[in-house]
Amino acid sequence: MNFGFGKIAKGEGNIRQLSFITLCTFILMCWLLPDTFLTVRNFRSMSFQFPELGILSLAMMLAMLTGGIDLSLVGIANLASILGAFVFVKIMPPDSPEGVVLVYIAGVVALAVFVGMSCGLLNGFLISRLNVPPILATLGTMQLYTGIAIVLTKGAAVIGFPARYSVIGNGSVAGFGVPLIIFILLLTAFTVLLRKTNFGINLYLIGSNAKAALFSGIKVGKVLMISYMIGGLMAGLAGLIMSSRTNGAKADYGTSYILQSILVAVLGGVKPTGGSGYAIGILIAVLALQFLSSGFSMLRFSNFAKEFVWGVFLLAIMIVNYFTNERNKS
Amino acid sequence: MSGEIVNLTEIEKSFGGVQVLSKVSLSVKEGEICCLAGENGCGKSTLIKIISGVYSHDGGQIALNGRTYPRLNPIDSIREGIQVIYQDFSLFPNLTVAENLALSDQVESGRAIVSWERMRRIAGESLAMIGIEMDPDKTVEELPVSGKQLVAIARAVYCNARLIIMDEPTTTLTQKEIDSLFTLIRNLKEKGISTLFVSHKIREMLDITEKITIMRNGRVVAGGDTGEFDEIKITQAMTGRDIGGERFHWSGVDEEPLLRTEKLSRRGAFSDIDLTVRSGEIVGITGLLGSGRTELALALFGRSPADGGKIFRSGMEVVIRSIQDAMENGIAYVPEDRLTEGLFLEQSIERNLFANTYKKFERFAGLLDFKKIRAAADKAMDDYGIVSPDIALPVRSLSGGNQQRVVLARWMSTGAEVLILNGPTVGVDVGSKFEIHKKLREIAERGVGILIFSDDIQELIMNCNRILVIHKGRFTDELQSDCLKEHDLIDRLNAYR
Amino acid sequence: MDKILRKNEFWLFCILLLMAFIVGGSNDAFWSRTNLFSLFKSSVVMGIFALGVLLVIVSGGIDISFPAFAVFSFYITVKYLLYIKFTGPVVIPFAMSMAIGTLLGLMNAFLISTFKLIPLIVTLGTGSAVTGFLRAFVGTGTLSNLPQPLIDFSRWNIYTETLSDGSVIGFSGSFLILIALSLAVAFVLRRTTLGRGVYAMGGDLTAAVRAGLPVPKLYYFTYGLVGALAGTAGIVHCSLIRLANPRDLEGAEMEVIAAVVLGGASLTGGKGTVSGTILGVFLIVLIKGSLILVGIPTDWQKVAIGVVLITATALTAYRSSKGGR
Repeated sequence: MNFGFGKIAKGEGNIRQLSFITLCTFILMCWLLPDTFLTVRNFRSMSFQFPELGILSLAMMLAMLTGGIDLSLVGIANLASILGAFVFVKIMPPDSPEGVVLVYIAGVVALAVFVGMSCGLLNGFLISRLNVPPILATLGTMQLYTGIAIVLTKGAAVIGFPARYSVIGNGSVAGFGVPLIIFILLLTAFTVLLRKTNFGINLYLIGSNAKAALFSGIKVGKVLMISYMIGGLMAGLAGLIMSSRTNGAKADYGTSYILQSILVAVLGGVKPTGGSGYAIGILIAVLALQFLSSGFSMLRFSNFAKEFVWGVFLLAIMIVNYFTNERNKS
Repeated sequence: MSGEIVNLTEIEKSFGGVQVLSKVSLSVKEGEICCLAGENGCGKSTLIKIISGVYSHDGGQIALNGRTYPRLNPIDSIREGIQVIYQDFSLFPNLTVAENLALSDQVESGRAIVSWERMRRIAGESLAMIGIEMDPDKTVEELPVSGKQLVAIARAVYCNARLIIMDEPTTTLTQKEIDSLFTLIRNLKEKGISTLFVSHKIREMLDITEKITIMRNGRVVAGGDTGEFDEIKITQAMTGRDIGGERFHWSGVDEEPLLRTEKLSRRGAFSDIDLTVRSGEIVGITGLLGSGRTELALALFGRSPADGGKIFRSGMEVVIRSIQDAMENGIAYVPEDRLTEGLFLEQSIERNLFANTYKKFERFAGLLDFKKIRAAADKAMDDYGIVSPDIALPVRSLSGGNQQRVVLARWMSTGAEVLILNGPTVGVDVGSKFEIHKKLREIAERGVGILIFSDDIQELIMNCNRILVIHKGRFTDELQSDCLKEHDLIDRLNAYR
Repeated sequence: MDKILRKNEFWLFCILLLMAFIVGGSNDAFWSRTNLFSLFKSSVVMGIFALGVLLVIVSGGIDISFPAFAVFSFYITVKYLLYIKFTGPVVIPFAMSMAIGTLLGLMNAFLISTFKLIPLIVTLGTGSAVTGFLRAFVGTGTLSNLPQPLIDFSRWNIYTETLSDGSVIGFSGSFLILIALSLAVAFVLRRTTLGRGVYAMGGDLTAAVRAGLPVPKLYYFTYGLVGALAGTAGIVHCSLIRLANPRDLEGAEMEVIAAVVLGGASLTGGKGTVSGTILGVFLIVLIKGSLILVGIPTDWQKVAIGVVLITATALTAYRSSKGGR
């Protein structure tokens, strides 16, 4: 499977740079923390942490490829996980036998997918049919989805999942965490979708010049609609992992993810103006952030120090990109 | 003595080792109307940027108003009265006419506080200087293109311009607007203001200018008084070759037409349009701006569908309510504005070629067969004479003519039988124009019916077998182009002004 | 265009009045002075933020770092003033918070203008960095014993009256600050060369460079002023709630941007007015403050704001697409 590594080798300059920086971060952490960072235990724990953000960032990338943005992703994730939680707490009879629980879990997954796609459909409708600028449309729906979640829960956390459910967020298959497996599957699917299908190429074309896409007979409205629906679907899945991993669903869970996913997408080389970006960049960027974040935790930095470093990291990468692009120009 | 505003001698300029200008000399005297002509990429724009101080020159001499500048910067250039009006006019769409006219002055005068009264006064003065009346409180985005151009000219004149350089000023104007622009340029001449007209439209050069300088490949290849030139001589100088002038003849049979419309109408745009295009025909449609010309083209392509009448494709009635409908019925459309409606500049040549035909290359599960795509791309590049080292390069790296050929190839690869072109050679240099016309004739020979919407009279007469004139949304004339004289058609159009 | 803009504000005003009458009609408590005064008071901080956001949106950019800057400014100010046991005039904390905000804003401008970076990304980065820096290295504790001058400021009323039940209500003097700043920003945008430059650069950046406008200076001016306004809003906020909490104002950026957009500013730059913005702020504050009065639980606040924002932007988009055809 060609993930675009070839492009990196060929000189997709900014991604190559990011890979290099990620590697440096990794080596730095290994050097600073030989006993704790470079351990199986740490890698296992990291592999459970970054997939949520990774999945949301893939969804963000999808919107950014077409020149849009999706601020409502976390709102969708939380709404999906809360509705799923309600199924367990309010509908599923307690003490259900194992088989019934599994059916309910399948139902909850289906519900999350459905909720995610419906929310994405509304975004897509506003953006592609009513021509609302994406940042405004999703700013509004972000308020709406989060608002509905608050109304449903009165702001409190919903807890009480069946033990089986936690497999999605905490289980392992052949030594690999389920969230990681889900992320890798989605990443692969994305790579294929973006590089190898008509739909994927249409996304790039729309992001590059929406008017020309229209005049070329590309069904711009439909493509946008589907892309926001896929984004919503991904957010729904991320919501499942989040609620399963933390064993709770809350209206304001992970609100910082929205900015982080923009950060990951931009770090990963997705142009905010649309038309360019690789799925593989998302993986590298999210790994870079995870290395930084885990390393700092082990160095006893507070969470806040991480936030500080992330901001600085983003700016530093952008500045480095600026200088390399300038050099390439001359 | 009437001084020389600009005097360039043997200017040299290179970028990264590539010589783009060599030994270019040019002079513009006070009150002179000059033309700088040449195909795209001949070095015209570089030369303008050197005159306006944006680029520095590597060798040769620049003298403005008799003063030699070893290193010219933009501020000096403006101080010497050089004003450039770019194609996009460099206006602020969200601000009023008054503010657009007065803002530079406001900034330069170093005033911190804005007096709206003063702004309106300056606006009034500058509009008066070019003899134009306009509501200074309108925002520029509300103005038509010609209005924007007038604002840009008024601004230049108010900034004490002694020489106004106009970059392709007529591209988006109607004939009438071009006429009034020329009148204005002549009036400016009376005031001693010179104009340097940068263009590749030959007829206009002959109409308006007194002196022509023609560039090719970074050198001046011809120059002199306009009287010494004619169309053929200019074309030869610009392209470096002879361009044949044989008219297009249709020799097909009068069978069921590929495209026929019956009383096609769209409220407020056009009505009762009866049109036929037969296999192998090239039909021209012309009309003034606002005649319903573009609307008709867009309706046939389903962009803004007709609301009355019928469309027949090879005898079958079809409904065209969307671009997809048009495509399914084998109708292709090459848009008017290549850059905003046709191309994906940052994307690869390959993606531009197959933007709407990728579906054809799907194998199983919707995956694309890139081997086939590669082969098809090579073939299209070959067929349409698109020159580029790599189809993965962004289409931005191509010249205007090559870009237009990419759009043409994209549409022909859909297998369309009816090809609609709206202004097919706008902004394309003479050499490429010739190549495109040749290609269109080839396509017609293969049995495709072609419809050209254009206001380039010469283009229509040379390349169409029939020409229809549209006025106020209705066809008024149908002309066989065999023995049609250019001025006949122009006269007919003028009659509708 | 000016006329249509004026129309926009007119319609906004009508909607505002309509909503006021609906809310007031269903619950008399709306018209009580207690409620009205508190509505005005709660529009102050958001209003000051909105003025800054208006400026940056007109310039064609966006800023999502201002809540972080506001918190940083007031927290450092309060912490320092507590440390030196400050008792001087209230102007000092204001000036200090404003100065800190300005410096932070200039940092945004530096990054945007020097490295040609996208404002959304830059302010995302600086916002995150500043918040992180504050909480990691300065402190996370809520300071509840504000310096006396700030407490006095929060009690400053320009009008007080004693109600029949003996309680005293007042019209907060902080509203005067919003009025003064609105007038100042309106003046700057309308009547100064810099302000018109901001509109010009939002209209067409290339044209602005060609017309000889000092574009880098305009960036520093815009983002510096946004920072200054954020610093001011921050200190007003912490004084009014009498707490300096470094976790405050998180997520405020979205609501403020929503208000400015409701007020008719265009995210593509070059368009927007102070009066529209203030009306947009009032609308959001009214929705947030009045739900409970019409019997809707406050849980619905976000839903209501979301619906209003979606409807308003959809209507605007629909109207402009009609107008364009």
